[in-house]
Amino acid sequence: MAKLFAGVGTSHVPGIGAAVDHKKTQTDYWKPLFDGYEPAREWMQNEAPDVVIIVYNDHASAFSLELIPTFAIGVAERFQPADEGYGPRKVPVVEGHPELAWHLAESLILDEFDMTIANEMPVDHGLTVPLSIACGEPDIWPCKVIPLCVNVIQYPSPTGNRCYQLGKAIRKAVEAFPADLKVAIFGTGGMSHQLQGERAGLVNADFDIAFLDDLTRNVDRLVRIPHVEYLREAGSEGAELVMWMIMRGALDDDAREVYRHFHVPASNTAAGLIILENP
Amino acid sequence: MRKDREYSDIPGTYVFDPEHSRQGYHLNMFCMSLNKEANREQFRRDESAYLDVFPMSPEQRDAVLQRDWIGLLRLGGNIYYTFKLAIFDGINMQEIGARMEGVPDEQFKAMMINGGRPIQGNRYQKEWNRSG
Repeated sequence: MAKLFAGVGTSHVPGIGAAVDHKKTQTDYWKPLFDGYEPAREWMQNEAPDVVIIVYNDHASAFSLELIPTFAIGVAERFQPADEGYGPRKVPVVEGHPELAWHLAESLILDEFDMTIANEMPVDHGLTVPLSIACGEPDIWPCKVIPLCVNVIQYPSPTGNRCYQLGKAIRKAVEAFPADLKVAIFGTGGMSHQLQGERAGLVNADFDIAFLDDLTRNVDRLVRIPHVEYLREAGSEGAELVMWMIMRGALDDDAREVYRHFHVPASNTAAGLIILENP
Repeated sequence: MRKDREYSDIPGTYVFDPEHSRQGYHLNMFCMSLNKEANREQFRRDESAYLDVFPMSPEQRDAVLQRDWIGLLRLGGNIYYTFKLAIFDGINMQEIGARMEGVPDEQFKAMMINGGRPIQGNRYQKEWNRSG
């Protein structure tokens, strides 16, 4: 049977992808951030998951205000990097796992999570930057990927609790899949940042560190954080952190932290990364 | 954005809520159209003519032409959409941040390198009113 063994929380700042694409990872500005990604890359190489479910949000690339799915799952054979206005990132095409993705869609919907099913879904920096962070610059990505896209742009996004419960349903579905697959889940976005308005540039490192701590110490607190608290304390775009709760929900209650990295700034954002493993 | 929401007292923040989304639909869809190179090319040739296709308000149209970044938000723009226009202009997110706040680019970049805008004093509108 398939096994969901670990979760990764990571920011998905587009500037991180641009630093990789333009060979700037060793500049004074970016080096401290990328140095902290090295242990995560080693972990990824050693653990070598067959499939990674990447929970991310689309930034007006595949979806727009024409259609705003709260939760969408990509079931295609492959997903092309999206043109976000600069031309697509020159990264490998993302290979899907349609069999597991369809199994997830079926199981989740019957479990009362009303997923949108996407056969065509170009993937933007929200998904490809976490792959660059975890895998560097390979010719092909070392794992299959199931994109799980969450609306966090149009208010209201799903609640932290809803996300956490979805994570639990994902865990159940993965472990009912009759193939010997090693599966990881990434929750992406955040940490504290605000891109818009006169308050742009907001960073709340205390909030972020407490969030990282409580992913293992006090998950109940995180599950109950209301939108207004994210907006006020972590910034209007820090509210993306609800996506980390899907990752957390898919892990055991007593999952343990094996690595973390936190750095300010990555562009306008506090960048965080954490790796959690089931015991 | 409504004034009676629990987030309405967060200063300098335009929550993209239903009212905001309704107001900004055509403006944001114009921005979205810049994802396509052929559209970018047309917009580059004649900005004003290109905007005629999108039924936005005269104020929204002026804000686009004048690159009034904070005005775009006040008129229903969402930052992920208006950022498409910034990408078109070759401006990065920190430069947009500086222009929305009305400070020099270098000042905004220095603030980020020094840890970002602190949360202290920036949670509630009343804190901004006091500091004038």
